[in-house]
Order: sequence, then structure tokens, then C-alpha cells
Amino acid sequence: MKNDHRPDNLDPSNILFGFAWPLAALASITHRISGVILLVAIGFGLYALDLSLSSEQGFESISGLINTPLGMFITWGCLAALAYHFVAGIKHLLLDFGYGESLAGAKRGAQITFTLATILILLAGFWVTQG
Amino acid sequence: MATQITNFSRTGLSDFVIQRVTAVILLLYTVVVVGFLLLGDVSYTSWRGLFDQTWMQIFTLLAVLSICAHAWIGMWTVGTDYIREHYFGSKADAVRFLYEVISIIALVVYLLWCVKILWGN
Repeated sequence: MKNDHRPDNLDPSNILFGFAWPLAALASITHRISGVILLVAIGFGLYALDLSLSSEQGFESISGLINTPLGMFITWGCLAALAYHFVAGIKHLLLDFGYGESLAGAKRGAQITFTLATILILLAGFWVTQG
Repeated sequence: MATQITNFSRTGLSDFVIQRVTAVILLLYTVVVVGFLLLGDVSYTSWRGLFDQTWMQIFTLLAVLSICAHAWIGMWTVGTDYIREHYFGSKADAVRFLYEVISIIALVVYLLWCVKILWGN
């Protein structure tokens, strides 16, 4: 719980805008935020899995719930967090293997991450509303 | 002297390895489930049939166990980076401890819930 060995890099009076936000930093904080969202999303996912496997009626009722406007929004939100976290996680693993560690590489990695995630999030929206 | 008591495996190096191994398991599980939902003929019968198979039950439990470790490490990392005296004042340690306990309880509930879904219904 206690850890006194960490540096204080952020100005507490201006945590959000007290320093520059390069694209790689935005990619990193978005990875963290999407991860925290996923902790909640897992709860929705287990609820859906529980209902869908309980019986034929349960399967029909979760299908119906997902097709309401609120259900679509929640499903799409969960899928969006998953999509971003998935792509950013692969970037992280590639960095662990030494790919894209230069300053230019970090910027390109962040650009690719945001581009691919945006495409997947749009496709997820299409899937949820049309599929 | 123990200086870290709420991180997942007590050492940063093994947390690092666990975070990556569980990430790959979750990546594969996501591909399989999303792939089935996108490409498969999705009905109650086929969905139930998928989760009646032993390999899928083990894979699902493995995925949820991976979520438990992965999210514990992730939430701990986020909490110890931001919920600190430097930003939160003197109550930071108490707030962070509460945040960590709530996160861990949620993960244990998910694990038990998953076991019930797979084998209890």
C-alpha cells in the first residue's frame, strides 16, 4: 500500500495541463482509462453471459436488452474500451520486444494505435446498431 | 522489510511478466469470442453448445483468472500513480487503500460469478 519511492512529476495544482501532452502520452493515459472502464465492463459482460446461457428465454431477453438504445450504448461503450485497450496492449507488447522505442517510433505507434482503435470503434458501433 | 503489500505478486518483476502473459491469454480469448459472435451462426443452441464444451469452460475460467491478475496489477499501478499525497493530500493513503480493496473484491466477485455461470446453472 505505501510506496514512498516514486517521483512526483506532475504539478498538483495543474495535473491535466501543467505539462505537454505528446501523442504517446495521450495513447498511454487512454490505455489506462480504457482499462479502468473495462473493470466495470466485465460486470456487464458477465451479466450478459449469465443471462444468455441461463435458458432460451434468457438468451432472448439479453438479445432484446442489447437492442434497446441504452443497451446499444452500453454495449458499444464496453466494446470501444475493449477495442482501444486491445490495440494499445498490442503496441505495448511490441514495445517490450523493442519495436518503436525511438521518439519518432513512439509517435508513429501512437498514431497507428489511435487510427486502428478508431476504425474498430466505428465498426463496433455499426455492429451493435446494425448487426 | 515489506514495503509493498497491495500489489499482486509482491514483486514488480513478476507483476511485469504476469501482466504480459495474461494480456496474451485475454487477447486470444477476445479473438475467439468476438470471432464466434461475428462469424458464427449465433443462436441459443450454438452459444450454449460452445460453452458446454470443456475446452471453452476452461478457456473462459482461464480468461477470468487472467482478468483478476491483470486488472489487479493495472488498478494497483493506476492507483499508486495518482491517488497519492502529492495530489490527494493527507487522506490519499486511506482513499487508495479503499480503492484497492474495492477493486480486489470486485475481481473476486467476478471470479466466483464466472464459476457459477459455467458450472452452477
